Amino acid sequence: MISILFNAALAGVLSSILFGVLGSVVTVKRIAGLAGAVSHAVLGGIGMALYLSATGKVPGMPPIAGAFIFAILAALIIGVVSLKAKQREDTVINAIWAIGMSVGVLFMAKTPGYTDPTSYLFGNILLISVRDLWFLGILDIIVLGLVWRFYPQLEALSFDAEFARVRGIRTNTAFIVILMITAVSIVLLQTFVGIVMVIAMLTLPAGTAGYRAKSLAGMMTGATLYSLLFSTGGLAVAWIFDAPAGAMAVVLAGIVFLGAAALSMFTRSAKRRERVIPPGEKP
Amino acid sequence: MNDTVILDFNRVSFSYDSVPVLDSVSFHLHRGEFTVLVGTNGAGKTTVLKLILGLLEPSAGEIRLFGHQPATGRAKTGYVPQFADYDPTFPVTVRGVVRMGRLTPGKRWFSAEDCRAIDRALEHSGVSDLADRPYSALSGGQRRRVLVARALAAEPELLILDEPTANMDSESEARLFETLGYLKKSTTIMIVTHDTGFVSSLTDVVLCVGDRKSRAGTRDIVRHRTEPATNAPPERFGGSAARVLHNSALPDSCCGGNGTGGDR
Repeated sequence: MISILFNAALAGVLSSILFGVLGSVVTVKRIAGLAGAVSHAVLGGIGMALYLSATGKVPGMPPIAGAFIFAILAALIIGVVSLKAKQREDTVINAIWAIGMSVGVLFMAKTPGYTDPTSYLFGNILLISVRDLWFLGILDIIVLGLVWRFYPQLEALSFDAEFARVRGIRTNTAFIVILMITAVSIVLLQTFVGIVMVIAMLTLPAGTAGYRAKSLAGMMTGATLYSLLFSTGGLAVAWIFDAPAGAMAVVLAGIVFLGAAALSMFTRSAKRRERVIPPGEKP
Repeated sequence: MNDTVILDFNRVSFSYDSVPVLDSVSFHLHRGEFTVLVGTNGAGKTTVLKLILGLLEPSAGEIRLFGHQPATGRAKTGYVPQFADYDPTFPVTVRGVVRMGRLTPGKRWFSAEDCRAIDRALEHSGVSDLADRPYSALSGGQRRRVLVARALAAEPELLILDEPTANMDSESEARLFETLGYLKKSTTIMIVTHDTGFVSSLTDVVLCVGDRKSRAGTRDIVRHRTEPATNAPPERFGGSAARVLHNSALPDSCCGGNGTGGDR
């Protein structure tokens, strides 16, 4: 039991770095909808892997392998559509969201024996394996390394992609790389909070940190600390009340985010009343 | 190509999918010129800028910027977009935004020279006192001046400004044109504006994205003369203005030093 709890706590810490750093990028790049579609499409891959493994077509295929395949495919399709076909972008994103889930449900229905999708949809941090922890740790190092090395470019293309392109930044390549890393991260992070709620943990801590941050780096640091608070807090409260840890972490994150949003609205409206706009200038 | 020609727009055509915008359009800019590209809303002015900057590809013709393809030549260009794709919650200070003007693809750290260039850009744009404030806390006019500073931070040889005075009060506009007047000595400047009647008296060349020249809906770019205007609104341009003479159409070769397109 101690080792299960230790693994869960370590998973919370390692996940928090991805939730904080990658979540800030997802938030400022405004690609939460895209990330949401990728995360839901992952169920198709999990269902496919369970079916292929159970029917002996690909013996021993782990669900995470199917999840990776579907996540990367979904990210590629969404990325290309987002860059090339602006007019139907939202339709394609929502279609991939729904098709991925439907394919997952169909595969699970045809998989011999009973398959419970609950742990995939809502996560179970107590089931996290040592292999998952290694994957999370390696991905943390890769994401932190890339963000450290390309921070000025990442900040510029997130703020104004067109200007960044004029400065010679390969914004389309960077966008696809960001989507791919987000897709891989989603597969690993869904073990903690599940497919349905992973997008909440990618956006709520970053959104909360964004209210006080003065830079993207500050937002990433703040979001990581918030994620750590929500993950460990969620785990502790869930332990006390014998409730799912992932759902508890998301509820905590939601309460704090809504509180921060209300405080920010109140502060802004107070400042607006005090501020004098120069004559002839639009706010 | 003439040494002083830094931009040669040679028989360029462009369409948005099936909607033609430009058909075999030619013009050129000389080093040191102050050019104003005028045209009504939707005429295609921003399209022309994006072609110059290599953000769009022409369907026919050739664009040479500093003797290179736009994607290469734009490194010497400063650009102030009409609408920055701006997220009001993006956490960045004014100095952080201006620093983006010094960015290159592989750069990780900013040098002392970069910092000096950023300080000069902040000062020339009149936003030094706002340097440490969050960008989101500024008014629309202040944000425009910060974007001008971001373009100036690159110390560009060609400065392109798309509707730079949008959302600006008259004081900010006067400060902007004061800055542009100072820069005119060392920088080629191109401004895009929907005001087709008057331009700043700093202007050397007026290019007008004109009426539709064909049934297909493409537009031409015509070089016009100007004359001093005495009845221009006094608060415009921070100084004297010139009237655009739309009934005059000069050939692209009128300066005697046009680009590769020949007498067009």
